[in-house]
Amino acid sequence: MAIVSIDKEKCIGCGACVDVCPFGALIMADDVAAVNDKCTACGACLDICPVMAISLPESTGGPARDLTAYQGVWVWVEQFRGKARSISWEMMGQGRRLADRRKAALTACVLGHGVEHIAGEAIAYGADRVFHVDHPGLGVYRTSPYAAALVGLVRRYKPEIFLLGASLRGRDLAGSVATELYTGLTADCTGLEIDPESGFLRQTRPAFGGNILATILCPNHRPQMSTVRHRVFEMPHPDSHRQGQIVAVETKLDEERIATSVLNFVQEFTEVNLTEARVIVSGGRGLGNPKGFEMLRELADVLGGTVAASRAAVDAGWIPYEHQVGQTGRTVRPDLYIACGISGAVQHLAGMNTAQVIVAINKDPAAPIFSVADYGITGDLYQIIPALTEQFRKRLRS
Amino acid sequence: MNIVVCIKQVPDTAEVKINPETGTLMREGVPSIVNPFDTFAIEEALCLKEKFGGKVTVLTMGPQQAVEALKEALAMGADQAILLSDRAFAGSDTWATAYTLALAIRKLGAFDIILCGKQAIDGDTGQVGPGIAVQLAVTALTYVSKINRVEIEPAPGFIEVERVLDEGRETLQTRLPVLLTVVKDINIPRLSTISDIRRAVQMRIPTWTAADLPGADPKKLGLDGSPTRVVTICSPPGRGATVEMIPADRVDEAASALVEKILARNVL
Ligand SMILES: Cc1cc2nc3c(=O)[nH]c(=O)nc-3n(C[C@H](O)[C@H](O)[C@H](O)COP(=O)(O)OP(=O)(O)OC[C@H]3O[C@@H](n4cnc5c(N)ncnc54)[C@H](O)[C@@H]3O)c2cc1C
Ligand SMILES: Cc1cc2nc3c(=O)[nH]c(=O)nc-3n(C[C@H](O)[C@H](O)[C@H](O)COP(=O)(O)OP(=O)(O)OC[C@H]3O[C@@H](n4cnc5c(N)ncnc54)[C@H](O)[C@@H]3O)c2cc1C
Ligand code: SF4
Repeated sequence: MAIVSIDKEKCIGCGACVDVCPFGALIMADDVAAVNDKCTACGACLDICPVMAISLPESTGGPARDLTAYQGVWVWVEQFRGKARSISWEMMGQGRRLADRRKAALTACVLGHGVEHIAGEAIAYGADRVFHVDHPGLGVYRTSPYAAALVGLVRRYKPEIFLLGASLRGRDLAGSVATELYTGLTADCTGLEIDPESGFLRQTRPAFGGNILATILCPNHRPQMSTVRHRVFEMPHPDSHRQGQIVAVETKLDEERIATSVLNFVQEFTEVNLTEARVIVSGGRGLGNPKGFEMLRELADVLGGTVAASRAAVDAGWIPYEHQVGQTGRTVRPDLYIACGISGAVQHLAGMNTAQVIVAINKDPAAPIFSVADYGITGDLYQIIPALTEQFRKRLRS
Repeated sequence: MNIVVCIKQVPDTAEVKINPETGTLMREGVPSIVNPFDTFAIEEALCLKEKFGGKVTVLTMGPQQAVEALKEALAMGADQAILLSDRAFAGSDTWATAYTLALAIRKLGAFDIILCGKQAIDGDTGQVGPGIAVQLAVTALTYVSKINRVEIEPAPGFIEVERVLDEGRETLQTRLPVLLTVVKDINIPRLSTISDIRRAVQMRIPTWTAADLPGADPKKLGLDGSPTRVVTICSPPGRGATVEMIPADRVDEAASALVEKILARNVL
């Protein structure tokens, strides 16, 4: 599905674009670049060409709507059993920043049954206004009534930007809402900025298993929607003196039409332990066996921290999946992360490289983990970690 | 029972490496595979068919070479496969992808269950499944780890599944027809034998273009129909930290030096 066009007159056959295409869509044929049908219009090749021979067709990006009618930043506040999830407050921090930049208001959407207290918390975390939708049918999360309520609000009040957490519920909900509204949705963002010229939201996200970062715009549709990754952004400090407006929104739900019912829920994951931990001692394949984690747990106990792992250690069956840090595990943001026998693959780094202080212990001085670490020790972890535990025990007691 | 499975051909991201000098992706020799989560979707479809009878149809939208992914699904035991390929589909984001797949599913006729993977390992959005469901106005149940029960009688029938959420496992029930996105816990995909593969190679795989999709609005297809635009792609930046290596000639000295440095950072 060739998309970019290559000006064969301009092309000097340097081949620079061939390497840069993440999809292998560019090849050299008869000394000029040619594009095959793997092109996805990502644009990675445009800037690399020294003679600007590559271009993307101008696209309208669908029918342009009256964009000025859309104003303000919204955040969906996810709650589970009457407790707001921390990811939602992280987004309030980002939402506040974006709203200030756009000189607009920040609105929180709180859906549920008997969760008035969360509406108050949302104001403390930065909301100017809260839409509070209360209905028994919203007590437990179900996609269709939640999506219907949000779609109704967006159609009526027209926000410019709408953020949802990239939790499992958030992704499920955002996918339905954006499709219904016919607008763009950028998944699992790790960066959100306002473009200084156009005022558009620049949404940055990892793709390709964390190997690349893509920046995505939604130029002609509103709201600009994103799901936002947990623990990437700092948690704002709540201010219980902040003032804001709580708007109770009526909703009509027809149980007959919802079709879905939740029969049971078994709580399994202790997500809190890992994503909220201030200190994490993490182990990888270098431990060599499941017993190694007992040694790590001892160090973690001394530091008041939690044990985590790389995927290699999880796949080996040494520790359950809930402990996995990285692209396909948890994203963590502790004050201290001690990586033991972890090589530092991009997919692992994606889950921990915003830690404040990173320590790496590895026998291979060339291990990539050292490139993100603040402190490193080269050597056998079975010697170093017991010594470290001993020293910490001494120093923290005194 | 009519079952539709949507599969995507993806580069094997486990094989993708970054060139340390230029910071670009090294794609040399990176094989194309069926999105791993979609193999669980195919397997689940085949299990349902074994139980209830009926037909499994596999769909993919992509370049001509994506036909290879469809052949794999046929070798596993799917009854028919259709490739959606047209210049007009090029550059689709998740909205336009879901729109196009939904049109094709509608053309196939009545269905009971649509299966998708929980996400594709290249685009990584997980948005196409819920998108197709909204386009077809059916219920989507995402992150399904187990199908407990399916009853097709009395019509419309219902399904009970378990699904994974951040805090645990939820059991849900809904009416048919339904769209499910599946996680890897749901099953172990079967391997195809040489004779399966031989049989699959013989099967004809039709290609549908935009002209074959009744009611397709050209303004909603491909790049034009896509609200999102990828504007730049780069490799992830480093953390900007320079590592301070602590000499480890004597283990206890190294340990105490490290402890002092960490304590000095006031993170404990
Ligand atoms: C799509 C995708 C998603 C992924 N998601 C994740 C994810 O979420 N999380 C994740 O972690 N990975 C993930 N991975 C896997 C990732 O690519 C790596 O394979 C994995 O992180 C490697 O784990 P490791 O560092 O423990 O093992 P290895 O890479 O094998 O490293 C082991 C390290 O231990 C060191 N070592 C060995 N013995 C000792 C010793 N006695 N003392 C000190 N050091 C020692 C070695 O020098 C080596 O550096 C993903 C991969 C893909 C393709
Ligand atoms: C770097 C990069 C980043 C991107 N980011 C975004 C983004 O944030 N938002 C956005 O809207 N688009 C984005 N896109 C475009 C997006 O990747 C494509 O629309 C793609 O066709 C589908 O998205 P996905 O790979 O995320 O699939 P997912 O939604 O993760 O796929 C889920 C399931 O849907 C089914 N499925 C998906 N694609 C197909 C297909 N072509 N044929 C048949 N079944 C399929 C499969 O069952 C699959 O398991 C991005 C593209 C690139 C190159
Ligand atoms: S736009 Fe992207 S996919 Fe297309 S040729 Fe350029 S780099 Fe490759």
